[in-house]
Amino acid sequence: MSEILALQQVTFAYPSDETEVRNAVDNVSFSITEGEWIAIVGHNGSGKSTIAKLMNGLLYPNEGNVRFMNQLLNDDNLWDIRSQMGMVFQNPDNQFVGATVQDDVAFALENNGVLHDDMVKRVQQALAQVKMQDFLDHEPHHLSGGQKQRVAIAGALALYPKLLILDEATSMLDPQGRNEVLQTIQQLREETGLTVISITHDLEEAILADRLLFMNNGQKFAEGTPDEIFALGDTLLDLGLDLPFAMKLSRLLQEKGVPLIGLNMTEEELVNDLWISNFNK
Amino acid sequence: MDKIIFGRFMPGDTYVHKMDPRAKLIFTFLFIFIVFLANNWLTYSILIGLTLFVMLLSRIKPIYLINGLKPVIFLLIFTFFLHLFFTKEGDLLFEWGILQIYEGGLRQGIYISIRFAVLVIMTSFLTLTTSPIAITDGIEILLNPLKKIKVPVHELALMMSISLRFIPTLMDETDKIMKAQMARGSDLTTGPIKERIKAVVPLLVPLFVSAFKRAEDLATAMEVRGYRGGEGRTRYRQLAWRTRDTMAILFLLLVAGVLVYYRGM
Repeated sequence: MSEILALQQVTFAYPSDETEVRNAVDNVSFSITEGEWIAIVGHNGSGKSTIAKLMNGLLYPNEGNVRFMNQLLNDDNLWDIRSQMGMVFQNPDNQFVGATVQDDVAFALENNGVLHDDMVKRVQQALAQVKMQDFLDHEPHHLSGGQKQRVAIAGALALYPKLLILDEATSMLDPQGRNEVLQTIQQLREETGLTVISITHDLEEAILADRLLFMNNGQKFAEGTPDEIFALGDTLLDLGLDLPFAMKLSRLLQEKGVPLIGLNMTEEELVNDLWISNFNK
Repeated sequence: MDKIIFGRFMPGDTYVHKMDPRAKLIFTFLFIFIVFLANNWLTYSILIGLTLFVMLLSRIKPIYLINGLKPVIFLLIFTFFLHLFFTKEGDLLFEWGILQIYEGGLRQGIYISIRFAVLVIMTSFLTLTTSPIAITDGIEILLNPLKKIKVPVHELALMMSISLRFIPTLMDETDKIMKAQMARGSDLTTGPIKERIKAVVPLLVPLFVSAFKRAEDLATAMEVRGYRGGEGRTRYRQLAWRTRDTMAILFLLLVAGVLVYYRGM
């Protein structure tokens, strides 16, 4: 599997007048290989959104470097690299550029000079991938938040990106909209093996990832599979992160003396664990 | 917040709806000049006939046109009376004190009112049968030659389409802020004018703050999606000039010819 994106000892501080500058991102290195789903988690101000901006050249690191497909990100290849990277932001309304769904999906294609016939085909295709093909002429204010985010994903997919970055893409949605978006992402990964980086503080979302990157105060605090990260338990709580609901419940049950074995990150695991423990009585 | 009837797009599938926005823009523009050719009962009747014809063809309900006239109704009545009282031509029809109404004044008043109404109605046909985005596309392409003299046509069109896109969003937001302020006891609808204007300030400030925030987010989103100005950009929306468009323009020119022939008769 080839490397898609890598950050090498990246340090970044926002310009400020004070002499004592705190690094928003401090000596962070990680890489993501093709087909992986990485979630970057951390509380507010942990530097995770700054990382998103560093990844696609909205900001440049003060030290260290960012590589995309083994190319160093710089001013010359910036636009080329951006065209291979889709990004979905937090606020569904503030990233909807077109007047209708199809215009919005076509926006990035127009910017990259894709020819008209090809564009029509790609718009149809991308909207079908997120199951929004029946909404071609809908205007944004007639769509729900989840639908708008799916359109934003389609807008990224139309460019056939190597990498999709979700910057808190589900944090402003209601539970239903959030599920819609997460299901769409999961399905896309099954069908196309898309590489995904999701930046989130929603742990239910983070569980879905292959690998977690846990940020604290601009530094990479821990990295590992969801199992490994959530095994940290109290450390997570101390650093201002919550645990997934099923995990919290099973911890409370354990305190009450219910013999549970696993970590139980999802409801399904918890249910299984519960009936097994009852069965063993 | 659905009060803006004037110029609201009414989707449809008629001859007029299917016309190219460029053709409709040119048609309306030409019509503005042609209106001034009429100067007697016959020619004004032709103008009214043309307007009714377009109305039937576009199947726009007259109520929308009347609603479209509402904002200018005062101006309409004002000009009518201005002509009625101050044009002193022809026979004296009516006299009461210093008030004198002449036949010429009445005629002129009616003419001007018709001219005005026909103009407003014709332009509302443009906005009623064409989606704002199509109008923007039409304007952009029609103004394209101006790029040679460094007019930022693409940027202007993009600004226009983004503004149109954000109108409903900002309306919703205003509604929300209004309710939030009302829930805190702010009174926006009663009291003397001065108080009401003062009450608008706590409405506008949050609205502006959020609009700037939105603009910044949107700019980032656009940049990430590869926007770097009009250079090297292709267009998703294609306009197609068909026979129906040429026909409409030729028809209007024919009407203009007829008007020139019959004016002054």
